[in-house]
Amino acid sequence: MRPIASPKELNDLRGRLRAAHDPNHTWVQLCAGTGCLACGCEPVADAFRQKIRGEGLEEIVHLKLTGCHGFCERGPLAVIQPQGVFYQRITPDDVESIVDQTIKHGKVVTKLLYRDPATKTRIEKAEDIPFYKKQVRLVLRSNGHIDPKSIEDYIAFGGYSGLAKALTTMEPERIVDEIKRSRLRGRGGGGFPTGVKWETCRKSKEEPKYVICNADEGDPGAFMDRSVLEGNPHSVIEGMIIGAYAIGSHEGYVYVRHEYPLAVKHLNIALGQARELGLLGPNILGTGFAFDIGVSRGGGAFVCGESTALMASLEGKVGEPRAKYVHTVEHGLWDKPSNLNNVETWANVPLILEHGADWFASIGTEGSKGTKVFALTGKICNTGLVEVPMGITLREILHEIGGGVPGKKKFKAVQTGGPSGGTLIVETRDAKIMHSMEEAGEIAPGDAVTSLLDLPVDFDELTKAGSMMGSGGMIVMDQDSCMVDVARYFIHFLIEESCGKCLPCREGLRKLHEILERITKGGGTPEDIQTLQEISDTLIDTSLCQLGGSAPNPVLSTLRYFRDEYDAHIRDKRCPAGVCKDLVGYAITADCVGDAKCAKVCPTEAITGGPRNLQVIDQSKCIQCDACYQVCTFNAIVRVKRDRAAEVQVAARQAWKPVKERTQAEARA
Amino acid sequence: MSQNTPMPERVDQIVASYQARSTALIMVLQEVQQEYSYLPPEALQRISERMDLALSQIYGVATFYKAFSLEPRGKHLVSVCTGTACHVRNSQSILERLERDLHVERGQTSTDREVTLETVNCVGACALGPVVLIDGKHYGHLTVGEVEKLVEVIRQCPCSVQH
Repeated sequence: MRPIASPKELNDLRGRLRAAHDPNHTWVQLCAGTGCLACGCEPVADAFRQKIRGEGLEEIVHLKLTGCHGFCERGPLAVIQPQGVFYQRITPDDVESIVDQTIKHGKVVTKLLYRDPATKTRIEKAEDIPFYKKQVRLVLRSNGHIDPKSIEDYIAFGGYSGLAKALTTMEPERIVDEIKRSRLRGRGGGGFPTGVKWETCRKSKEEPKYVICNADEGDPGAFMDRSVLEGNPHSVIEGMIIGAYAIGSHEGYVYVRHEYPLAVKHLNIALGQARELGLLGPNILGTGFAFDIGVSRGGGAFVCGESTALMASLEGKVGEPRAKYVHTVEHGLWDKPSNLNNVETWANVPLILEHGADWFASIGTEGSKGTKVFALTGKICNTGLVEVPMGITLREILHEIGGGVPGKKKFKAVQTGGPSGGTLIVETRDAKIMHSMEEAGEIAPGDAVTSLLDLPVDFDELTKAGSMMGSGGMIVMDQDSCMVDVARYFIHFLIEESCGKCLPCREGLRKLHEILERITKGGGTPEDIQTLQEISDTLIDTSLCQLGGSAPNPVLSTLRYFRDEYDAHIRDKRCPAGVCKDLVGYAITADCVGDAKCAKVCPTEAITGGPRNLQVIDQSKCIQCDACYQVCTFNAIVRVKRDRAAEVQVAARQAWKPVKERTQAEARA
Repeated sequence: MSQNTPMPERVDQIVASYQARSTALIMVLQEVQQEYSYLPPEALQRISERMDLALSQIYGVATFYKAFSLEPRGKHLVSVCTGTACHVRNSQSILERLERDLHVERGQTSTDREVTLETVNCVGACALGPVVLIDGKHYGHLTVGEVEKLVEVIRQCPCSVQH
């Protein structure tokens, strides 16, 4: 294709692309994001290709492999357009009926529709499914609709019109102003006002200037940046070009995590296409503005999510951060002014230019505007990517969109902000915790039940509650999660990722881990709590970068909301959730039906009893591997305090009856 | 490509494709690792000469980033996701069972060079958690009891991993 020489030509191209879209054709929009690839969408795609060819429908039925649709839990999934029918958990065998019934005859294949567990009805359209209903999809607007490998698709959906408007009708200062007025804040976690950052960088005297996109999404349990890059790379590129023009930069970089090969691939394809069309290069849209973007793959270091470390890594060096009093907007990459924003922030920019700052600022709360994409994972029914307006409550996200905790288990907590974020309690009646929350002004005196479920989700509210927005991972935990173990897990993660440059982080984290590990093994002492507090405070005050400065958050927030669990470990040598191996014993109760599944999976042959009989665990052989607990569908295996396991089994022996002899009431129980 | 070209020449090609720019060091190392599945000492020596960088600096970078291995890897790569979402769905117990059944500790390669067992912080397939990748293929919703089957998959798979 030849380069587009003016905004008018871009408009004409868009008009031609839209006109070429035949409304009588069918589009199968199959999700090919990493989540769906992992659960087998490729064989489904092959089956579609084969069937479409076999039926001679190539001219009127088109398979489109799109980016992530968000509802990972139900993958592989597809939307059939123009009807808009949403099919989920598709297998290659289902393809035949989709083509024969839906595509050829307009009939819906009921068994592939999503079934609402609350109303037990099947739902035809995605927008009517509770998971999607409350979402406001702006950044993810085209994910699921466009082919990420096609710039034509992006343009047909309105892409690059924000850029055209910016380059031809606005002075750079006005763009900066527009972003400032939109009150967009950095989506990478810090929440710094984007417009202010741009302005400082623009005003810096040094040349050249760089714009950088941080796609080093290191938080475990967060995959929104990856999904945007995989599913809609042009939105990030467009945002970066606008930013570069506003700041006065001619060179940009995207720093992508090496674990994201598909994102790198799609990004590189998109950059190639943008260059070909003259949307990147020496003369963008014929305006004379020059800008190009390079891609750098990270080496796999969590600390490189920190801006100064990322820039060191871009220079080909060890990714060690430096003190922040020298701002990167003045002295960043190669000591030149550099403006770094994260993927989601960049993807918001074209929207603001296209629809205006006032429109953007009308969404969200006073302090946090627009939407935020969250990755909802852990012990939640509807795992996936959700985009919601700022200010939505945790209850709406967890219960209405997320569908609550599976398997009749009890909600315990939600963890936001990644390893350096905090764990928030969801609901409590504990007098001590309530008192401390009253003092902090988080609840009104006299509340009977404390619930953070109605906490509005935005930058400031989450920080006040002892966590942070972070990049948007939201990990749900239920009664089976041990909060001391969770704290230990995060500290362990951070030890591995600490670059080791400054002492508080390097040594402090090790000490924290040592203590937490000791507590989970039953060797904790009451003084440990005090020591954990003190080391945490020191880390916050003295670490060089935010990795160390926020590292104690998981410890402090669990100490604050789950002090009772720490006490149980230290005082009673008991893990209430039954996770800490050294404290837990496994026992089989009278609920056992004798199917002996547990005996089959036991690696040490510790379980005996024979078929249709009560199974018994030999405590001397048990290695607490959890295999039996996971396989038992009758909840007959319990995790109890180690020295009580034998006792529970004796009681079971006395109460146990063969299934046949149980009364109906007993069987139901 | 590759294995047929002798090492010094192949390394030279990679370095040359980045015009020996020192800023491209991480990417050069990534390509060399892709070629040999680890970073052989001779290759690092060669990079040092060609890119005019101190060997100590190259080792600094190679040992700092997780993506690089200075040890040869096994024929099969087993990666257990230990991201937070998998952790709360009990990936720890899967990992321990794999160590036990494969006779190899996390981060290590078996003595017969058949298997490397490693952990990764989130592969982004959280809906499938707990997840294990065997030679790049996902196995999700695992229970400890199913590890036995996984080990069979590894033992029987004739293919080897494309690092």
